[in-house]
Amino acid sequence: MKVRSRSDLETLRAEGLSTLYPSRLKISVGMATCGLATGAAAVYDALRDEAARRDLDLMLVATGCLGYCQQEPLVEVRRPGRDPVLYARVTADRARELIAALAEGELPTEGALAIIPEEKPPAGSKPAGGLPRLNDLPFYSRQHKIVLRHCGLIDPASVAEYVAQGGYEALAHALLDLTPEQVIDEVLRAGLRGRGGAGFPTGRKWQICQAVPIQPKYVICNGDEGDPGAYMDRTVLESDPHSVIEGLIIAGYAIGAHQGYIYVRDEYPLAVERVTQAVARAEELGLLGENILGSGFDFNITIVRGAGAFVCGEETALISSIEGGLGEPRPKPPFPAVSGLWGKPTVINNVKTLATVPVIITRGADWYASIGTEQNAGTVVFSLVGKVANTGLVEVPLGLTLRDLIEGIGGGGLNGKAVKAVQTGGPSGGCLPARLFDLPISYETLTQAGSIMGSGGMVVMDEDTCMVDVARYFIGFTMAESCGKCAPCREGTQYMHQILTRITAGEGSVEDLELLEEVALWVKKASLCGLGQTAPNPVLSTLRYFRDEYEAHVKEKRCPAGVCRALIRLSILSELCNGCGLCRRECPAGAISGEKKQPHTINPELCTRCRICYDVCPVGAVEIVR
Amino acid sequence: MINLTVNEQPVTVPEGTTILQAVRAAGVELPTLCYHEGLAPYGACRLCMVTITAPHHGLVASCAYPAEEGLMVETHSPEAVSARRLALEFLLSRCPQSEVIRELAAQEGVTASRFGTPPPERAEELCVLCGLCVRVCREAIGAAAIGFIGRGMERRVGTPFEVQSEACIGCGACAEICPTNAIKIEDRGNERILHTWHTTVELHSCPECGRYFAPEPTGFLKDMFPEIENLWALCPECRRQRTARQWIEQEHTRAT
Repeated sequence: MKVRSRSDLETLRAEGLSTLYPSRLKISVGMATCGLATGAAAVYDALRDEAARRDLDLMLVATGCLGYCQQEPLVEVRRPGRDPVLYARVTADRARELIAALAEGELPTEGALAIIPEEKPPAGSKPAGGLPRLNDLPFYSRQHKIVLRHCGLIDPASVAEYVAQGGYEALAHALLDLTPEQVIDEVLRAGLRGRGGAGFPTGRKWQICQAVPIQPKYVICNGDEGDPGAYMDRTVLESDPHSVIEGLIIAGYAIGAHQGYIYVRDEYPLAVERVTQAVARAEELGLLGENILGSGFDFNITIVRGAGAFVCGEETALISSIEGGLGEPRPKPPFPAVSGLWGKPTVINNVKTLATVPVIITRGADWYASIGTEQNAGTVVFSLVGKVANTGLVEVPLGLTLRDLIEGIGGGGLNGKAVKAVQTGGPSGGCLPARLFDLPISYETLTQAGSIMGSGGMVVMDEDTCMVDVARYFIGFTMAESCGKCAPCREGTQYMHQILTRITAGEGSVEDLELLEEVALWVKKASLCGLGQTAPNPVLSTLRYFRDEYEAHVKEKRCPAGVCRALIRLSILSELCNGCGLCRRECPAGAISGEKKQPHTINPELCTRCRICYDVCPVGAVEIVR
Repeated sequence: MINLTVNEQPVTVPEGTTILQAVRAAGVELPTLCYHEGLAPYGACRLCMVTITAPHHGLVASCAYPAEEGLMVETHSPEAVSARRLALEFLLSRCPQSEVIRELAAQEGVTASRFGTPPPERAEELCVLCGLCVRVCREAIGAAAIGFIGRGMERRVGTPFEVQSEACIGCGACAEICPTNAIKIEDRGNERILHTWHTTVELHSCPECGRYFAPEPTGFLKDMFPEIENLWALCPECRRQRTARQWIEQEHTRAT
C-alpha cells in the first residue's frame, strides 16, 4: 500500500484502530530498554507460551515505555469492552498465573497498578474493581504528556497505530494546506524552544536557515543523548519513532531541505533498530521519498549511528561526525543554520523538539503556548532518577516547581530520607539545594541558579550524598569525554578532577578551594564549545550552595555525608550487634571477626570502608564514624 | 569594508576579516599558538581571547570570530587577560621544557605554574596540541598523513596506528609550522627520518653531485607542474652553480 492522500491515511487509521482496540483479548508488554532490563522479554515469552499451552486466544504486543520505569516490567491487559488494567513488576511466573486466570475468565487483582481508560473507550466499558486510573496516580497526575504522548500506548513497529492516534495528520496539514512560512510562523508563535537544552527558539532557527539563499539544505535530528541517567530521547525513539520522523519531515518542508539525518548513538541498539524499521516503513508507504502525500515535496532520511563520543551531542561536532571527520566542535559563528553540514545551511533539532512539532501543527500554536509560562511554553521531559521514591520519565508543563516534581511526582526521598539536592541537566548541570525547590522550572531560572535545563536529567540526592564527591564524579565524566581540542576544557577539567580527588582523599587545603573556583570559572568562560562551557557547573554550584561540605573536608578532614572513604571509619556498636555474622560473611576484605551471637568487631587495618557491612546489617549496628 | 573599534581605536577592515586580524591591523599585539594566516581558524589554544563589549557582551577567541560592523573589542580587559594567563599557566605546566612557551608566558607575566608538572612519562613534552601540523598536512599539503589520536588528556598527534605512514610525502611542513619545535625530523644519508611520525621516506639525489636534496614522494609535483621540472632535476647548489656558469659564459661570449 502507498499513502498518497488524506483518504489513504484514513484507511491506515482504520487498520490501526483495529489493532489498538481489537475485539479480542490483548496484552501489551512494555519492551523499551527499561522494560527489557527488568526482564520484559521473559515475561513476553511466558505470556506467549502459556497462552499457546492453554489455547487462549490472545493478541500479544510489544509496546514502548510508559515512563514509570521503576514499576517495569509493565503489562497491560485489555479485554474487549473493559478498561485496560496495568500490572506492575510482572515476572515470568506472574505472567503465567495471569494467563491462567484469564483463561478462567478472571482478572487477578494482585500486582494491578491502575486502569488506563482509553481516549475512545468502546461503548459500555466498565471500570475494573477498585483500581485507580493511571492518570490519577501521584506519579502521573501532574504530568502533561505531549512528547511522550504515545509512548507505551502504541506498538512502535506499527505505523497504522501511530496514524490511528492522529499521526501524520500534521504532515498532511503542513504539506497540503500550509506554506513553509506558515509552518515556521506556527512553531514560532507556539514558543517552542530547543529541548536539547539550550532553549533557542525553534521557529527562529528555522527562519534563519530558511532565509539563507543556498541549496541544498539539511535537517538533522540529534539523538546523541549521552548523559548518565538521562534517557528520554532513547525512549521516544524506541517507543514512538514515527513522531520524530514526522517532525523531521515537517522541519525539512519548513526550511526547504530534502534530506534529513537521524543521528542516534550506537549504544542505543534498540532505538537504532526501531527507528531504522520506522524509516523503512515510512519509505514503503511513500511517507518518505518523492511527492509525499501528493504535495510535490520530496524528502529522504538517512540514519547515522554515533560512535560513542559524548561531545558529538554538540551540533558542530555532530556535523563533523556525519561528514566522516573527527567528532570535534568548531567555533561558532558561523552557526549551522547558515553553514552546517557540508558547509550548507543546516537545522539541528533534538528528538523531543521534533516529536513536539506535529502536535503544534495539529493543535495550533495558541494551544501549545497556553501550556507552561509565557517565555517557557509547553512541556519538558525529565528523567527523574537517584534517591527519589518514584523514578522514571516524567513530562511536565514548564513553570512547575522543583518541589512539585521531586516531592509530588517523585514522592520525595527514597526510603523516606530527606532530599538534600537535585542536579538538573545532566553531567554538566548544577546541584541545587532543597531550599531552592520552590523555583519554577524554566530555562532562565535554572541558569540563574547556576544549573541548566540541559538534556532533562534530574538526579535527586539525599543526606547520604557527599556533594564534593558528586562534583568529582561529574567532572570525571566530562574530563573523560572532553575531546581535548581546546586548552581550558582539556587541561581545566583534568586539573579540577585532581583537586577534587585530593579534597575527597582528605588532602585538600583552603587554598585548593580558591584555585578550584578560579579554574572552574576559566573553563566556563574560555572553552570552545558547550561541553567545556558547562562542565564546571557541578563544581561551581556545589561551591556556591554546599561550601560547608567542602570546608569540612579541607579544614576538619571530615566528610559530613560519610561517603569519602579516606575520611570515614566503620565500627560496630557492640550494644546493638546480635552477632548474626552477616557482615562477617559479606565483608570482601575479611576485616570483620566475631563469635556467633557475640558482638563483632572491624579491623581498621583491613577495612576498605566499602560500607557493605553498613548496608547489610539488619539491626543497624554498624556505625559510620565521620 | 567593516568598521569596528579595538581598544577604543577605530579600525576599518575588509569583509571576511577576523577580530584577530583587525586587532593586529590596529597595531595591538596578541599572542597566538594555533593561529596561522594560511589555515582555517581553529580556536583551540584560547590565547587570543578578547572581550566584546558591544553590541553584545562576551569573551571570544579573536582568531575564529568574524569582525562585524560596530563591534567594540577590548584586548586587555581583566577577564581576557586572566583567561590568557591561565591558559599559559596550564601550558607551562604541560610543557615546562618548552623555551617558546616559557618566553610566551613570561611576556604575559606568567613565570611559574600552580598546576604542577607533567608525569615522568611526559616530562619532555613539547607538543601543545595546537593542531597546526595536522591542519597544514591536511589543508595546505593535502596529504592528511597525521591526525589526532585519543581524547581529553590522552589526545596526541600521530599517523594511523602510529606506524610508518603511507600518506606522508616527507615535505616537513609539519615541523616547519610547529610553534614549539616538537616535531623531530632528520636527514640521514638517502633517508629522511620523521622520528615523531615513525616514518622514513627516501630522498632524491642530485644527478650531478649526488647530494640528497628532496623527498622522493614529492616527485609527483613535477608531473603536476611541468614548470618546476628543473627544480627537481638538480639540487639547489648545482642549479646555482650551473646558472652562474651560464651567466659567465654569456658574459664571455658577449665580450668576445
